[in-house]
Amino acid sequence: MKSVLPILTVVVAIVLIWYAAAIPMNAQWARDQAARADTTLTTSELIADTLSQDRPRLPAPHQVVVELWNSTGDMVLAGRGLSNRSLILHAWYTLSATLLGFAIGTAAGILLAVGIVYNRAMDMAVMPWAIASQTIPILAIAPMIIVVLNSVGVQGLVPKAIISAYLSFFPVVVGMVKGLRSPNASQLDLLQTYNASRNNSFWKLRLPSSMPYFFTALKIGIAAALVGAIVGELPTGAVRGLGARMLSGSYYGQTIQIWSALFAAALLAAALVGIVGLIERLMLRRMGMEQ
Amino acid sequence: MTTEPVIKADGLDLTFQTNDGPVHALKGVDLEINKGEFVSFIGPSGCGKTTFLRVIAALEHPTGGTITVNGMSPDEARRNRAYGYVFQAAGLYPWRSIARNIKLPLEIMGYPRAEMEKRVEEVLRLVDLEGFGKKFPWQLSGGMQQRASIARALAFDADLLLMDEPFGALDEIVRDHLNEQLLALWARTEKTIGFVTHSIPEAVYLSTKIVVMSPRPGRITDVIDSTLPRERPLEIRDTPEFLAIAHRVREGLRAGHAYDE
Repeated sequence: MKSVLPILTVVVAIVLIWYAAAIPMNAQWARDQAARADTTLTTSELIADTLSQDRPRLPAPHQVVVELWNSTGDMVLAGRGLSNRSLILHAWYTLSATLLGFAIGTAAGILLAVGIVYNRAMDMAVMPWAIASQTIPILAIAPMIIVVLNSVGVQGLVPKAIISAYLSFFPVVVGMVKGLRSPNASQLDLLQTYNASRNNSFWKLRLPSSMPYFFTALKIGIAAALVGAIVGELPTGAVRGLGARMLSGSYYGQTIQIWSALFAAALLAAALVGIVGLIERLMLRRMGMEQ
Repeated sequence: MTTEPVIKADGLDLTFQTNDGPVHALKGVDLEINKGEFVSFIGPSGCGKTTFLRVIAALEHPTGGTITVNGMSPDEARRNRAYGYVFQAAGLYPWRSIARNIKLPLEIMGYPRAEMEKRVEEVLRLVDLEGFGKKFPWQLSGGMQQRASIARALAFDADLLLMDEPFGALDEIVRDHLNEQLLALWARTEKTIGFVTHSIPEAVYLSTKIVVMSPRPGRITDVIDSTLPRERPLEIRDTPEFLAIAHRVREGLRAGHAYDE
């Protein structure tokens, strides 16, 4: 319970700042409308208007919440939970690409890390490229990935997943290399006194030692994978997915739709990171490493 | 006994190439260790005592001279799993329970499951840790952890036990207790023990043979065969015989230092 109060305090502060910002940002449009209708607004009327516009510059928090509810829970209640306007459906498209990309990225990251740790040539050759890959803006490379894959007939989920994987493999490589190298000299010497094989030293020492690093990397990786999937939805002008919702929202000036998609993405990311954290705790507890 | 010595070193040299030039960790080391002996290596840091132990274990390789372990090269001996090694830090794997830590060498050496269970029970009894098998290392005190690491080295059938300052990080009282236990364990198992320390009383109390070493270059300055009986209560440390040996060790150490400065 002790941790709830500080968190709540911060949330309340953010909401207050948000409301305070929404009023002046939307006020100009309200005044213009009033002038066009030849009326004047009292202060309270002005404030009420700024918080209830259809296409505000900055939607008020309650508008976003209402839109979120209307496009999720309310639609489920109405039996249209998976209709085209449902955020649940769009979130699912993004989530499926995220999970596939995350799986590919994690697998690739682990394989590269094992290669880097066990092979000198890979140690020197791979890391610089891995770092270089992350210095290229994803927005620049995403359209090219989609175009190239499209030209060889790959469409839909896979290109988005590839972009997800592109972002999520990196933290896994870095974390796993660090983790696999974390055993100290005497732990490695010990295995040598047993005349242990490389296989043994990997499965019995290096891999278990790397677990805390691995899970930290996974948390960063899954958030990056979600960003990748959303970015992957933008250049195709995709009609489905949270990225598509943001894009179409900005085409039509539907700020409330943009913000609700944004919040859906943030909630999704928080849930994913939370799930990884939960698995981490269960796993480390089983390994006796959570004290 | 006319059996072959367990360890036989002849003119052993080991030079590390460092950025500051060569470091002579070992120079002209001759030594024989016979079966069932308890041999301590004592000397100031940098005298090569740990390095010598690591050469026996094939964790370092000599640059000159010859050494045999059980009549084989150290590498062959290592492949034959001829020795158990106890490091200064217990080095238990934190993600394994004590029992599973002790099973680690047995798993690697491919012992059958039932045999593993039996041996774990056996060695836990040997080091007085019965009932602690299910605990994780962090739930044990430093002394208990070190005992678990000794149990780990005893779990497989190596006749030679190499110990690198195993009690160096423990306090005096725990150390006395563990020294007593180690002697009892040595008597029961009849293993040959190589023991690195920089405590004179510890070396004299434990050993049948004390090897005094001095640094730069690391070499042996004295080998003392202990005249103490094998049965040694802690009080033996107050006898004139004990003090005489301790005195000779101290003289040996001082001679090594005088040579240096």
